[in-house]
Amino acid sequence: MTATEVLVTRGGRAGRPAKPARRHTPHKGAIAIFAGPFGVLFLLFYLIPIGYAVWQSLLVVQRDGTYGAPEEVFGGPAQYALVFQNAPFWESVGRVLLFGVVQVPIMLGLALLFALLLDSPVLKGKKFFRLAFFAPYAVPGVIAAIMWGFLYSPNLSPFTDVTQTIDFLSPELVLWSIANVVTWVFVGYNMLIIYSALLAIPSEVYEAARLDGAGQVRIAWSIKIPMVAPALILTAVFSIIGTLQLLAEPQVFRSFSAAVSSTYTPNMTIYATSSIPNTHLAAAFSVVLALATFVLSFTFLKITQRKAER
Amino acid sequence: MSLLTRTDGALADDLKPSRGPRESILSRGAALVVMGVFTLYFLVPIWWLFIASTKDRGDLLTTNALWFSDWNFFANVGDLFAYNDGIYLRWLVNSLGYAGIGALLATVVAGMCGYALAKYRFRGREVFFNVVLGGVLVPATALALPLFLLFSQVNLTNTFWAVLLPSIVSPFGVYLSRIYATASVPDELIEAGRIDGAGEVRTFFTISMRLMTPALVTVFLFQFVSIWNNFFLPLIMLRSQELFPVTFGLYSWNTQLNQIPELRTYVLVGSFLSIVPLIVAFLLLQRFWRNGLGTGSVK
Repeated sequence: MTATEVLVTRGGRAGRPAKPARRHTPHKGAIAIFAGPFGVLFLLFYLIPIGYAVWQSLLVVQRDGTYGAPEEVFGGPAQYALVFQNAPFWESVGRVLLFGVVQVPIMLGLALLFALLLDSPVLKGKKFFRLAFFAPYAVPGVIAAIMWGFLYSPNLSPFTDVTQTIDFLSPELVLWSIANVVTWVFVGYNMLIIYSALLAIPSEVYEAARLDGAGQVRIAWSIKIPMVAPALILTAVFSIIGTLQLLAEPQVFRSFSAAVSSTYTPNMTIYATSSIPNTHLAAAFSVVLALATFVLSFTFLKITQRKAER
Repeated sequence: MSLLTRTDGALADDLKPSRGPRESILSRGAALVVMGVFTLYFLVPIWWLFIASTKDRGDLLTTNALWFSDWNFFANVGDLFAYNDGIYLRWLVNSLGYAGIGALLATVVAGMCGYALAKYRFRGREVFFNVVLGGVLVPATALALPLFLLFSQVNLTNTFWAVLLPSIVSPFGVYLSRIYATASVPDELIEAGRIDGAGEVRTFFTISMRLMTPALVTVFLFQFVSIWNNFFLPLIMLRSQELFPVTFGLYSWNTQLNQIPELRTYVLVGSFLSIVPLIVAFLLLQRFWRNGLGTGSVK
């Protein structure tokens, strides 16, 4: 996990060699060749779509009478007013927040536990466990959801004794059944991020603890966990983003359980609205969701960084 | 810089056990039990999928779900490939196309940009980088709808390009490449290239890119997986099933199970076959990673 290790160990503040400021930029041509393609693509497929979504969300369709030709006119915050009145959308937001508050800590807690065990001397067969735990990450969300959907179904499941007593696809449980699918896919991935951060801790750090006679649990608690805090923050931010984006798994579960509505998660609401079609309202949903994701991840980063600096 | 090589010598393993041997056996046992239980949790579903794809429709419901009955795997695969004029194979090829081409281009483009941000000073560099960094936090699904609206203005929806083009942009790749290039490509090397008269572009492609290999492989792998797993973009962009990636094709079959029950075998076998390429890619690239990291220029 180079990516994550670099992220974890160096953070965003990679030191660059200080050079005296120059008046004009040398190697302009090379810079344009290197940074140009990405700049253009980023503009075309990130910045312009975001701008376009904001613009679309500010329009409303007006008709001249009931049968008149539709006309798009500037409506100001009209769509946003509709967004705030849209109960299913806010229910879906509440649902993914509840999902995230429960699922993310469980997933990251397990990932941390496994990473600590992999890093501790008490475990044998590390290579095998690392591969076995990571394997589900190779299963795309859609496929994982289809697979678990079958496993949960009362008739098809290999665990019929369980599935006929507990209805995993019932309205009360289906959210947590989906949470299990997401956990199953991503625990190993997060485990590797945290594990690579553990490997990056220089051994001298353990020296003092060893002299003090600290046991493995003490070392894990007082040294390892604080030192992998940046990795935990990183995985938490990615998990928050992932939770708010939840789409493939619940969408697949619609064919297994009637309890999953077409507006079960915010992204599903956006899709359902866009295929009605009411693109302006869907655009407003997109903008609100993107902002919410951004603000939530950013706030989380800021809070945890402040804590870490203390 | 790897999961597997510790450059610093001593490990936690080398510490003397501070507790008695009995406790040590206890904690060894506990650790093994925890890991063993979760190994079942992670692997049993995949095992079940494999077993299910070796059975015919009758055996699927009547025989032990976690063990073989009559071996029908190849017959199932044959049926799957034949169904609907071999649309499944088409989907697999599409997925390889979207993910393979997309990830390759994304890696080169992001690698070059990250390198420029690491190694050249120019006005607006930090602003540029911060905007890209903000892009990491923008959920890709929030972009899918506006992209659809834009693409429909230029008649690009329901084409190969509709899924490929947005996949070439990887802000995370730029971020990673910048950090890695800063750490692993020495300025002296670029200077030396300049003195030898090599152009900047040539220096990048012959020297710097090699030093950045571990980061580039990582970017490629991440992007490959995220394109392969992408669901919203195909959902919103594609209508013709000839263009579907394999995950989306299987999803569409899964939604028709109530009307066409015989699709169930195809969904199961197809799901199993579709995760094999990703697992292979992981294993192959992980090895490449290790080599790249072992001989890498970092540290």
